[in-house]
Amino acid sequence: MKPTLFHLLVVACVGLAFRPCAAAEPIEFARDILPILSANCYACHGPDEADRQAGLRLDLPEQARRAREAGTPVVPGQPALSLVMQRIETADPDLRMPPPSSNKSLKPAQVELLRRWIEAGAEWQQHWSFAPLAPRAGKLDDHVRAGLAPLGLDLRPRAAPQTLVRRLSLDLLGLPPERAWVEEFAADSSDAAWDRLVDRVLASPAFGEHWARMWLDLSRYADTKGYEKDLGRTMWPWRDWVVRALNDDLPLDRFTRLQLAADLDPTATTDDLIATAFHRNTMSNDEGGTDDEEFRVAAVKDRVDTTVQVWMGLTMGCAKCHSHKYDPLSQTDYYRLFAIFNQTEDADRFDDHPRLELPSADQQCRRDEVRRELEQRQAELTAAREQAKQADEAAAGPWRKLDFERLSAAHGTELKQTAEGVVEATGPRPEQEVYTFEARLAPGRQTALRLDALTAPFPDGQVGVGRNSADPNFVLSELRVERRNADGTYTPIELVNARADYSQPNWPVAAALDGDTKTGWAVSPRSREQRTALFDLKQPLELTEPTSLRFTLAQHYGQGLVLARVRLRTSGEPVEKLTLPDSNPAVTRLQETVAALQKSAQALAQEIDQLPVLKELPSDRRRATHLHKRGNFRDLGEEVAPGLPAGFGPRPPAERPTRVDVATWLVNADNPLTPRVWANRVWARLQGVGLVETEEDFGALGSWPVNRPLLDWLAASYRDGGWSLKRLIREIVRSEAYRQSSVPSEAALAADPQNRWLSRGPRYRLSAEVIRDQALAVGGLLSDKVGGPPVMPPQPAGLWRSTYNGRKWIDAEGPDRYRRGLYTYLKRTTPYPSLVLFDGGSGEVCQVRRIRTNTPLQALVTLNDPVYLEAAGGLARRMLAGDHSPAERLRTGLQLALQRPVDDAELAPLLRLWQKGVARFQAAPAQATALLETSRFHATGPLALLPASDTPPKAAAPVPKNAPIDAQAKANADAQSAAWVLVASTILNLDEFLTRP
Amino acid sequence: MTAHSNKTPFTPARREALFQTRRQFFASGGFSLGAVALGSLLGGAAPHLARARETSPAANDPAASDPRPGARPLPMLPPRAKRVIYLHMAGSPSQLDLFDYKPELNRLHLQDAPPSFLEGKRFAFIKGVPKVLAPQFAFAQQGQSGQWLSELWPNLSRVVDRLCLIRTVHTDQFNHAPAQLFVHTGSPRLGNASLGAWATYGLGSENDNLPGFVVLLSGGKTPDGGKSLWGSGFLPSVYQGVQCRTTDDPVLYLGDPRGIDRGLRRDMLDTLAEMNRAEFARGADPETLTRIAQYELAYRMQLAVPRVMNLAEEPEHILRLYGAQPGFVSPAESADDPRVLYRGDDPTFANNCLLARRLIENGVRFVQLYDWGWDHHGSSPGESIDETLPIKCQQVDRAIAGLLTDLEQRGLLDETLVIWGGEFGRTPMLQNNVRSDFKKGFVGRDHHPFAYTMWLAGGGVKPGLAYGRTDEFGYYPVENPVGIRDLQATVLHLLGLDPYRLNFLSQGLNQRLIGPSDEGQVLREILA
Repeated sequence: MKPTLFHLLVVACVGLAFRPCAAAEPIEFARDILPILSANCYACHGPDEADRQAGLRLDLPEQARRAREAGTPVVPGQPALSLVMQRIETADPDLRMPPPSSNKSLKPAQVELLRRWIEAGAEWQQHWSFAPLAPRAGKLDDHVRAGLAPLGLDLRPRAAPQTLVRRLSLDLLGLPPERAWVEEFAADSSDAAWDRLVDRVLASPAFGEHWARMWLDLSRYADTKGYEKDLGRTMWPWRDWVVRALNDDLPLDRFTRLQLAADLDPTATTDDLIATAFHRNTMSNDEGGTDDEEFRVAAVKDRVDTTVQVWMGLTMGCAKCHSHKYDPLSQTDYYRLFAIFNQTEDADRFDDHPRLELPSADQQCRRDEVRRELEQRQAELTAAREQAKQADEAAAGPWRKLDFERLSAAHGTELKQTAEGVVEATGPRPEQEVYTFEARLAPGRQTALRLDALTAPFPDGQVGVGRNSADPNFVLSELRVERRNADGTYTPIELVNARADYSQPNWPVAAALDGDTKTGWAVSPRSREQRTALFDLKQPLELTEPTSLRFTLAQHYGQGLVLARVRLRTSGEPVEKLTLPDSNPAVTRLQETVAALQKSAQALAQEIDQLPVLKELPSDRRRATHLHKRGNFRDLGEEVAPGLPAGFGPRPPAERPTRVDVATWLVNADNPLTPRVWANRVWARLQGVGLVETEEDFGALGSWPVNRPLLDWLAASYRDGGWSLKRLIREIVRSEAYRQSSVPSEAALAADPQNRWLSRGPRYRLSAEVIRDQALAVGGLLSDKVGGPPVMPPQPAGLWRSTYNGRKWIDAEGPDRYRRGLYTYLKRTTPYPSLVLFDGGSGEVCQVRRIRTNTPLQALVTLNDPVYLEAAGGLARRMLAGDHSPAERLRTGLQLALQRPVDDAELAPLLRLWQKGVARFQAAPAQATALLETSRFHATGPLALLPASDTPPKAAAPVPKNAPIDAQAKANADAQSAAWVLVASTILNLDEFLTRP
Repeated sequence: MTAHSNKTPFTPARREALFQTRRQFFASGGFSLGAVALGSLLGGAAPHLARARETSPAANDPAASDPRPGARPLPMLPPRAKRVIYLHMAGSPSQLDLFDYKPELNRLHLQDAPPSFLEGKRFAFIKGVPKVLAPQFAFAQQGQSGQWLSELWPNLSRVVDRLCLIRTVHTDQFNHAPAQLFVHTGSPRLGNASLGAWATYGLGSENDNLPGFVVLLSGGKTPDGGKSLWGSGFLPSVYQGVQCRTTDDPVLYLGDPRGIDRGLRRDMLDTLAEMNRAEFARGADPETLTRIAQYELAYRMQLAVPRVMNLAEEPEHILRLYGAQPGFVSPAESADDPRVLYRGDDPTFANNCLLARRLIENGVRFVQLYDWGWDHHGSSPGESIDETLPIKCQQVDRAIAGLLTDLEQRGLLDETLVIWGGEFGRTPMLQNNVRSDFKKGFVGRDHHPFAYTMWLAGGGVKPGLAYGRTDEFGYYPVENPVGIRDLQATVLHLLGLDPYRLNFLSQGLNQRLIGPSDEGQVLREILA
């Protein structure tokens, strides 16, 4: 098919619009008819079963051709007999289609297209993007030329070598080229030299930094969580992973598998697991009183939508609520896919659990050291305790065993006494319990009581001092001792000075004597080893005859926190001689050491970066997934099983597909969408606009691809080239189409006004980050540090005013002030304003492309933002290096910025400006001083790009050394310097500087 | 320096290419701007756009050749209002203490809330069975229309006959950020276009030198939903609200850097224009001409914005009318917790109201005010109904009444729609999660999405009307419930934009402010 000129113009103008074809031209269903049906008919006669009218589907040919009571909707070859045409053309508003109430209507040209299509046989075809890729044939330029030929056009000659180098560097690295690259390629512009240059540029670490921005936009990357509080979170390790992966040219299929499902691969390394943070970039809401489940579900839906957007260029947004009206995605398809993603542990929790610890080498080293030390000390402590205990037992000396005459429990526990005088609790385990023991004591002196809570084994092999295996703690609410009188009554014996080898915070052993049953002695978390408490008798007991004592151990906390094995002993020694086993000085010292080590281990853990990652729920905690009626997570419909949508290539045979299967399916060689979408995306990053302009929509409502053979060629190249991004880029930038001049011919302007057919090199405004990075690089300020936590370059004061969020923006000093835009802290609710004004995103949702705008607020940024003034200050210093005439300095400045030879004629306006500036600043020295301060002209920035031979800034009227400081001379020098800053700022605002050449 | 005076020889083909490119810019992303909007893009597009309309009939109505569903044919509807001033009380004031008088609550005061209040409900903070809370302030009937208003509105009471009260607004969001997003962008999630962005997208601005959509903040904090509340979402970023500030640069980066005066700036822009024209001669890229024009527009904005933001130009009686104080910088604006600095005489909101009038008077399409500090839970000091609400009302009462009076006396009220409200209402129950007793300074109400009060005034709205009625506790609407989508549909309708047809193709959906379904209905009964 040869497009007519008119046809092309209309395509180019309205993008998505249908093209009325010249009468002779054959109709193509997918291009000419499907958009009409999609837009006007499918809402009621399409895939969505819920809104379907009259049981008619016009997306299925067999249904449309089948006779119905009212007639046959489509009779191939017979428009007049086709019900569809009759209903479209009838004057009766009750019958007319689309119905007037739908606010839709067909234009005469569209009706004519439908008629011609039916006349020609009414062939349905698959939507173009779902059809298999054409095999790669020919060269890239052949396809571009084939597209241009019908317009009577050909590629333009190559751009000047300097322009090409700047273009290549800005496109691949987002930075101006190194001077040597320009000079070398200007000297030798052969194809071989170009190939060498391309390889050099692709090998730069800046490549990953520039292309990562694409992934960051797609993944809705930000450094905060979003919504009201919008608190910070650590996502940057994932950003750095993307930069590394791109620099290492990680193939897209592996990229995909790691990002979507590395956690499901048992062999995954820590680095692989970082990749899964791709889908933890979803927002979470910490606002008080929010329903975590609501925002968990929102995040999972975002993952489904983003996955389908990023890899397949389709939207599933509408399928949340109803089946897709235009593309073959039903609501069930949506929730089947949702069911796959619905199985991760994250749940909109405040701490972003689950997270991956990412210790630096130093932190790892320190942590290993602390852990080793801790292990060793803990072993020593255990040993020391054991030793102390044995010594204590052996010494048994002061302690006398009690033989109990009676044991009873109030709530059904069975109590037994062993030969060693240990009482063991068995049988039923009530929530609360009161043990009562009665023992007969021989005559003698009694000064103190000792209680040992001994461990008992649980079926799982663990031991504990309490009977609840889930929490083997006990709470001794009250301990009472009474003396039995001859008449059978009991007299209380008062206990004092309670002390224990360990008491749980807020549960001190003294609370067992306070008469309050709500308080007591507990020992968690040290409930898996023996615990001992000592109590003194307030009045020593002098027994002159055998006497019975009754011991009551009340345990009222509940939850079965009752003693498992307990031993009571008494002593008649002076109380000051009676000590706890742990009061052994060796044990005490070790305890202190261990506590200190634990504290530093905790401090270290706080310091280690923790990245939110994906983690699959264990199989016993898998969530059931239901349809959400009208998208409402609390209005559940039928349950759905995990599954992948039909109609996009073969689905993995897995019975219960996981995220691994999603990844495999997306990058399957038979899935035509992924390579088309990605090749188009890469093309758009290099050429300013995709061959499918709606990069985000390859569905029926998206735009028709301009030059589809070229798109398929690129897609096949990417897929068959091992999904290597660098390889695909190399193929593109080696083409003549890439290297042609961006200056259009008259004929090209007439025939291809939008440059959709590539009748010239695309020329477009640079992206937000590149605008910034380029200015800083040209000003010699840009830091080349790669990766790490985000930074806070200057932004206007007072912007961060989020509710309930104390975080402050503090303008960085030093190299962090001049890092690449990629590293700027991105707070979702208050993104860095100068980047946003150049169409940078806020990381809230998946951003497939940035729509370029051209606004006055952008002019205000590059004219007035201190960042750009400091860049101008830096450029002015570079212009002043060496002893040159003003004209030569201007030439230097323009060349540094534009990387091309500069005509003398171009210098004249700048020279006039400089002279006006000098005059003005001489007349107003305070203004000169102010501008020099604002632009930090006298500061010594990194100036990394300054050649070593450059001398420090020097004003045109040098002040002789050792001469008395002449105020006038200084004022003159300042006036000149300030005028250079003014000129430098002007250069940094040139249209050519802000534009990809 | 503009494209008109450009000396570069244009061939007809080049001229045509220039226009095509601009149209392509508008058509890209699948949006079609009508003739009206084409002329003003963030305070006016480059002059050659006007030429584009004249010379290229197709550009008059890109939608005419656009078959996509709902593509917007222009003009849409006869407009009743040309401009909007939207006063949002962020945090959500208590309708039961301000506008919706419920004496029945006095009878039940501090008794356990009836089960019907609680069954099947989710609350942000209330736990268990809370107590009913009576209105905390006296109500009286005001004006000819006899509306019941709280004693906290002494000034508003005098202009109550201008208001159209809607006491039955309901939402389905009960947390601040999502609820604010829902009101302002039609979706509780981030990423959609705001009402002001839609209005500017649809209608453009009337002043080339000012942004079409301006946002002013007070109360010391950004509202919970953040900048997304005035974002452009999927619409091109030129339609996002421009936050104008009363300290520092009124618009970010507006001020010339220290040391560059107007004369030098002029010299610099002349140099730039000369060099950029030379660039255009070499590269023939019409975007270059647009850039020249945008720099000129920026230069004019630098003059126009500070002028319109300068309250000192206002006469004393007008300042008094609003309670405004030029140059006032509230300590609350830089406090870590602005609540502790709340003072009834803080004029920040009043200043913003006066600025709003000056802005719309100068052709700004949509002025959005957010005043933070209306979230009166009673759970910590400085956020109670009994102590904080009167202070907040004192800050806004005179200013709002002054704004309505001033608009009216200038003949602007007929064509300016004024909207007042929060993101949801507050419960008829005492909030109990921190303390369950009734204690001075800690009287609060939780979030209540089922019924609350908003009001409209001015352009196209029936004055002196009370629309909708709630039950005896103010819990649910019993007559004429109004959903957020109804309200949005009504506002667009008043502006002459068909809420059902105003759409933008993004992510495969015809995105609309009122959402994908047609549940939102224009409230015909409140139209004048």
